Amino acid sequence: MKMIDGYPDYMMESIKLVEKKRDYNMKHPVKPMSMKEREEMLSKYHPDYMKGTRRELRVGIDKGQIFYNGIVDLLEARTIVNPKDIDLSKIDYDVDLLIIGGGGAGTVAALFAHESGIPVEKILIVTKLRHGDANSMMAQGGIQAADRPNDSPALHYLDIYGGGHFTNKPELARALALDAPRIINWHENLGVMYDRQDDGEFQELSGGGTCRNRMHSCKDYSGMEITRNIRDRARNLEIPVLEFCPIVEFMMDDKGQVAGGIAFNLETYEYYVIRAKATILATGGSGRLHLSNYPTTNHYGATGDGLVMAYHVGANLLDLDTIQIHPTGDAFPEPIVGILSTEKIRGLGAIPLNANGDPFVFPLEPRDVESASLIKECKEGRGIVTPTGMPGVWLDSPMIEIIHGEGTIATKLAGEVRKFKRFGIDLTKHPILVYPTLHYQNGGVEINEKCETKIPGLFAAGEVSGGVHGKNRLMGNSLLDFNVFGRRSGIYAAKYVKKAKIGKLTLNHLDKYNKMIDNLGIKSEKTAPIILPEYRGEMAISRSLDIF
Amino acid sequence: MNKNSQFLLEKSKEKTKNLEKKNKNEKAKTGEVEVFIMGKSYKVPAGLTIMKALEYAGYRFIRGCGCRAGFCGACSTVYRIEDEQKLGFDLACQKVVEDKMYLVQLPFVPAAKAEYDIEKLHPSDTILLEMYPEIARCVSCNTCTKSCPQDIEVMKYIQMAIRGDIARCAELSFDCIQCGLCAMRCPADIKHYHLSQLSRRLRGKYVDPKSKNLAKRLGEIDNRKYDDEIDNLMKMAKNNIMELYKNRKIEAEETGDLGGD
Repeated sequence: MKMIDGYPDYMMESIKLVEKKRDYNMKHPVKPMSMKEREEMLSKYHPDYMKGTRRELRVGIDKGQIFYNGIVDLLEARTIVNPKDIDLSKIDYDVDLLIIGGGGAGTVAALFAHESGIPVEKILIVTKLRHGDANSMMAQGGIQAADRPNDSPALHYLDIYGGGHFTNKPELARALALDAPRIINWHENLGVMYDRQDDGEFQELSGGGTCRNRMHSCKDYSGMEITRNIRDRARNLEIPVLEFCPIVEFMMDDKGQVAGGIAFNLETYEYYVIRAKATILATGGSGRLHLSNYPTTNHYGATGDGLVMAYHVGANLLDLDTIQIHPTGDAFPEPIVGILSTEKIRGLGAIPLNANGDPFVFPLEPRDVESASLIKECKEGRGIVTPTGMPGVWLDSPMIEIIHGEGTIATKLAGEVRKFKRFGIDLTKHPILVYPTLHYQNGGVEINEKCETKIPGLFAAGEVSGGVHGKNRLMGNSLLDFNVFGRRSGIYAAKYVKKAKIGKLTLNHLDKYNKMIDNLGIKSEKTAPIILPEYRGEMAISRSLDIF
Repeated sequence: MNKNSQFLLEKSKEKTKNLEKKNKNEKAKTGEVEVFIMGKSYKVPAGLTIMKALEYAGYRFIRGCGCRAGFCGACSTVYRIEDEQKLGFDLACQKVVEDKMYLVQLPFVPAAKAEYDIEKLHPSDTILLEMYPEIARCVSCNTCTKSCPQDIEVMKYIQMAIRGDIARCAELSFDCIQCGLCAMRCPADIKHYHLSQLSRRLRGKYVDPKSKNLAKRLGEIDNRKYDDEIDNLMKMAKNNIMELYKNRKIEAEETGDLGGD
């Protein structure tokens, strides 16, 4: 196979067409779809509407609800922990607040719980990998906040609610929009280096489904810059963190409250009993379940553990009949298949084009609509198929420098430049090949605006929670989510701690759950949560993928 | 055998050797490569990243694997290709395996971070030196820069730090993923990635100018300017809010400038 500038020659042929039509394409943009056209596109081409991707759940409080197969598999599995292995009479850690997850939401929660009066030694963050190993660190494009004069939190609310197909819990959408400017200000005071104009105003871009340009960014390392600042603050305060010790189940007490959790040390194979007056669930998402067989942008630990554990204690789940596939996962070269190419590339003006170099969709539709349009184009044979069989369409990145001037890509998309340079591809000169990739868990454990779940003592924040985004999240609202609701969960959990009294500890809920599984006659060898994904042997390469 | 035929024989041996080497390279391109994971030989498909190659060989990661996309710095890897003089440094999730690669991953980097309350620091010329005095010991060997998987000019930003140029130090170090390879290689025991974190926080907090729009908006929110409007939206009948949503003006579309900055 002859390679030219990182691409096989047959793909380069298609790139020639892209180049030829670039001027015309830039002058003749595709119009956004009407609501009816959007619905039609989704119903025909989005996996949320496909047969066979989802099924009815047969156990627990949400029995009868339709969830994605991979989620149902976990909820219909026996518990990985055998309660007989745990000695509840020996408490290893006794704290006021247990925070499960060391990503964005968990760390923000710890900071605000401390600010609300819980001493650091009474807080414990436990996390499966390292402090900061999280999707929060990987978010590239930016964070939304309505702070420009032509914008308002009400418009932001409208975007959130419409983008979520009017299925969000309104009070959560309200909190997200109205707390946003305060969060940006908090970041400024921490020392987050936002992209700014010379006069100090933020450089704000558009994102899919936003009616105003309100995307604040830190180059294309927005999540990394925000998360490392927050983590640095937590480290300076010496907030205790237990790494490589995922919580594998909650404990309850005889009053029906969540009373902490059981941690498992991945390196010494010991269980730790952690008693807590309040617990914040901040375990993030579930991309590593590869729902509907999609590759994923998510970090290694995103296996949906939090959903499973919360369901075991009786908390209910929302909107897990949907997944967010991000329109622009990388489709070429093979080693980076599924990794994200940020929405900011489209925000800066790049347009998706098919194999003939023709545009087929408004570049900034909401993510689900944009993804469905890309899938349609490939399904109908107008995509490019890579040497390993991965389909994709072009994202014409060179347009960015025609619009914004030479050097824009190097300064605003440094991470993207670095990623493609390794494979000899220069995105200032040539387009990149993209295909939708599993990106975000829209729903999760239902919370209210205080981040309370239905179970006393259990709070949730961030990607693991449900209701904020309804059935589809907009770009720039997940970084915002973990800040807004991480903060709220810390504040309200601290309040709760002051009055909470823990009774006698028990794991009876696990026996009860396993009995329920047995009674249904579900014959599954599976146990849950799964803690880490399985990629050994052929699994390492079989992810490129039977999408069609 | 005369001198000339001896020479020819040597030549032909060399040729065969080169051919063998070439064949091996060809094979490596399409088929398998041999890697040595902590000295143990494994055959893995060509084209895999180091991370996937380890998994293919049967390893299940606990440490040494995080975001799998080049953002978290969990998978820093040291390698040397057989018979090569130089050590290589890279991220296992980004670097593709090569034939005869000897691999080891760094599970953890011991490097002390200075503790501070950012509110109580002043962005003075000497603050970075005060918090991390060991930077003065930099011998300008540039090993840090050579070991950076992000191709950051690490030594240069240390020089900026010594000079007290917080803004430049922050700018040059911005893409740091805190993998710690620089600190592990430094003969002067500098903790580059912790220092640069401080420089960026100082710049973000004290050096960069602030947004007036944001300050104004915070005042409005405190005065509850948007409460009624949002309450109305929350109470609105579904078909009404759908209509409102559908007809809202899209700034990016109107200006034709999707990116408008």
